[in-house]
Amino acid sequence: MNLLEILFYVLSAFALVSAIMVLVSKNPIHSVLWLILVFFAISGHYILLNAQFLAIVNIIVYAGAIMVLFLFVIMLINIKKDSEPQKHLYVKFIGVIAGGSFLTLLISLVKQSMPLVGKNVLLKEGSIGLIHPLGKALFTDYVVPFEISSVLFLSAMVGAVLIGKK
Amino acid sequence: MPIQYYIYFCLTLFSIGVVGVLTRRNAIIVFMCIELMLNAVNLLLVAFSKMYYGLAAQNSVANTAGIDAQIFVFFIMVVAAAEVSIGLAIIVMMYRNTHSIDINFLNRLKN
Repeated sequence: MNLLEILFYVLSAFALVSAIMVLVSKNPIHSVLWLILVFFAISGHYILLNAQFLAIVNIIVYAGAIMVLFLFVIMLINIKKDSEPQKHLYVKFIGVIAGGSFLTLLISLVKQSMPLVGKNVLLKEGSIGLIHPLGKALFTDYVVPFEISSVLFLSAMVGAVLIGKK
Repeated sequence: MPIQYYIYFCLTLFSIGVVGVLTRRNAIIVFMCIELMLNAVNLLLVAFSKMYYGLAAQNSVANTAGIDAQIFVFFIMVVAAAEVSIGLAIIVMMYRNTHSIDINFLNRLKN
């Protein structure tokens, strides 16, 4: 087992434990902090795959902007810790059973699929995740979606102001 | 690293998000679980792009194979940022109307 595989397992275990802690923690602020840890682990996976641009964008956009927005809203509406309503125990149990059977179904499908056998993911090599080829593709082939996304942001901003206003 | 390991990992992360949506009643936690599912899908897309790049590099085709998936992930992140701003505005509006962020009270938004 070489260093890359050890890194993969460590990052995966870290992400899964943090993702489970997002669900179990009672306090929403703790959930947000655990989710930030999940995003850092996923950024580590991106670096492992040599997708450096996406790793940085993931940290800046998700851990930096979106999670701060979540924290800000949680502190703004100031919910009391004890008053969070819980679902019934059997509803939780059924939810876990449903999610687990979903996972089992998909894993058994992947296990049986023949086209995936022997395919490997290139770790640490390959230059497509660097900023130079991505920027070149973004501003030549994908320049129209890029401009349309700015219109999307403008409409999202107008919508957020309109909804958030009294 | 075989692609199956990445698929198993991303499926587990996605299922944790599904379980969170099914079992929690706090609207913010449900929203965070949706973000978790989005991130699992993003990671799987990047893993598949590197798989495709490796296959193309073996056959010595173009060296930009698989770059579309990474652009796609970038656009997913862009759309997710816009979606979060709108969703949190809706949650704040819901709290202002019902003084709770319990998703079972969402039917009160009608009036």
